[in-house]
Amino acid sequence: MEVVRLRVNGDERACGVPAHYTLLETLRYGLGLTGSKQGCDKGDCGACTVIVDGRAVLSCITPVWEAEGRGVRTVEGLGRGTEPHPVQDEFDLNGAAQCGFCTPGILCSAVAFLERNPSPDRDRIRAALAGNLCRCTGYEKIYDAVEAAAARLRDR
Amino acid sequence: MLRLHPFRYHRPGTVGEATELLANFGAEAMPIAGGTDLMPNMKHRLFTPGHLVSLNRIAALRGIHLDAAGARLRIGATETLADIASNPLVQQRLPALATAAGLVAGPQLRNMGTIGGNICLDTRCTYYNQTEFWRAALGYCLKKNGTVCHVTRVGKKCVAAHSADTPPVLIALGATLVLAGALGTREMAANDFFVADGIRNTRRAHGEVLAEIRIPLAGPRRRSAYRKLRQRGSIDFPLLSVAVVCDFDESGAVERIRGVVSALGARPRLLSGWDGIAVGSALDNGVIDALAERAHAQCRPLENAIVDAEWRRAMVPVQVRRALREVAVLPPKGVSAMRPAR
Ligand SMILES: Cc1cc2nc3c(=O)[nH]c(=O)nc-3n(C[C@H](O)[C@H](O)[C@H](O)COP(=O)(O)OP(=O)(O)OC[C@H]3O[C@@H](n4cnc5c(N)ncnc54)[C@H](O)[C@@H]3O)c2cc1C
Ligand code: SF4
Ligand code: FES
Ligand code: FES
Repeated sequence: MEVVRLRVNGDERACGVPAHYTLLETLRYGLGLTGSKQGCDKGDCGACTVIVDGRAVLSCITPVWEAEGRGVRTVEGLGRGTEPHPVQDEFDLNGAAQCGFCTPGILCSAVAFLERNPSPDRDRIRAALAGNLCRCTGYEKIYDAVEAAAARLRDR
Repeated sequence: MLRLHPFRYHRPGTVGEATELLANFGAEAMPIAGGTDLMPNMKHRLFTPGHLVSLNRIAALRGIHLDAAGARLRIGATETLADIASNPLVQQRLPALATAAGLVAGPQLRNMGTIGGNICLDTRCTYYNQTEFWRAALGYCLKKNGTVCHVTRVGKKCVAAHSADTPPVLIALGATLVLAGALGTREMAANDFFVADGIRNTRRAHGEVLAEIRIPLAGPRRRSAYRKLRQRGSIDFPLLSVAVVCDFDESGAVERIRGVVSALGARPRLLSGWDGIAVGSALDNGVIDALAERAHAQCRPLENAIVDAEWRRAMVPVQVRRALREVAVLPPKGVSAMRPAR
């Protein structure tokens, strides 16, 4: 075991982990943040997507040491207190989640994308979410939700 | 759940420290950059290094800039594919490279994956990129732990496919690669870096680090294109890729042309005989068809990917023609509303 120091959702956290742990394993099994999902566990599906220094990355293939000294945001940290993030709210309003397994990863991809691209068209939203598989929704409602959230974030 | 084997993780701050660690630990150590190829491969137990040497805290391995004379673009090996695809200098001066980097995998993987890792990517095969359990059930194969090749069945050579998107473009552009080792640095043409051996398809020595990519620039009469055939436009590796770079003279005739086809065999193939067909002529439909035919004759894919090899072969002239039409700015023949095969 070694101690890794991470800044997760604004909190400084320290956690004992085996040196070969991934960021996802540390979040889920070290810090109890089970929002980020372990899907394929090898870079194919996007369920484990988190935001590191403003960019969407796959935590299942990120060695935990690469996240040290960087800002990590997970689905648990997107809203403020009990207030959901507008993207989360629009997922709810648009029926963009069914089983919900892909949802935390898609929310992270969408939030990181909208922070860099406040006025995207639908094709760019589609491209930004290309690394997140969803087996339930058929994607259209997800794009609807992100489009609506983009408009709300612009009006804020 | 796919667990990793135990290893130690090193984070050197300089290239010298990295090459020293690699030299000290020898065959037990591997460099890691974005980890998007190596981490899945380790989870499949294709590699089990006891030491990983991270290249991500080495400032000297970053940066995208023109050299002093403005004749070459220099790209640090740990620049991410996302940063390369969106870099204005790359987009303006080397559009085919921006295209290729932007077509690698999906968005999160381009945020993580580096151009150095892309160039050093392990070769891929249906019988290799599988879990330990899956491979054990089949009795393994020549590339890892086994004695037979399930693709050729007879051969003693691995024919796993070079599957990286940026090298075909780099070869067509005449790029060179700077390699740093414990004993010094050397510079090598990208085309000489790859060898036709699916087990280990580069000339990188074990402890060497790919430090920089240098790409010669040309004037406005150079045009280039990159095309990629894949199953899902959102994320997949190429089943076939084509890079074309053409320099035109003042009259619009071809002065020099290079074509590279890849994702079929263990290394990208720089096509031969193209200058003889095209130099001095306009890049019209007749010349394009002749070049595509020449490419077709040189490419024989094997059953190393999950799609039919005959179909992949039939797609070679199709994709080559489309790349050449992009370069020639001709309207696509027989294809309406053509979109790149993303
Ligand atoms: C689902 C999925 C889809 C993908 N699709 C594509 C695709 O379409 N096209 C494509 O080209 N790739 C694809 N990839 C592979 C990979 O994401 C990219 O090729 C990426 O550029 C690899 O870079 P990296 O920095 O992550 O490499 P790493 O995984 O860090 O390293 C790859 C290899 O290169 C070595 N290495 C890395 N950097 C250096 C260096 N500077 N010097 C010496 N050795 C080095 C490592 O030791 C390792 O052996 C895909 C991966 C996944 C998981
Ligand atoms: S080409 Fe043959 S030896 Fe090489 S990885 Fe595939 S099955 Fe194994
Ligand atoms: S769990 Fe990370 S990409 Fe599938
Ligand atoms: S809601 Fe079930 S996978 Fe997307």
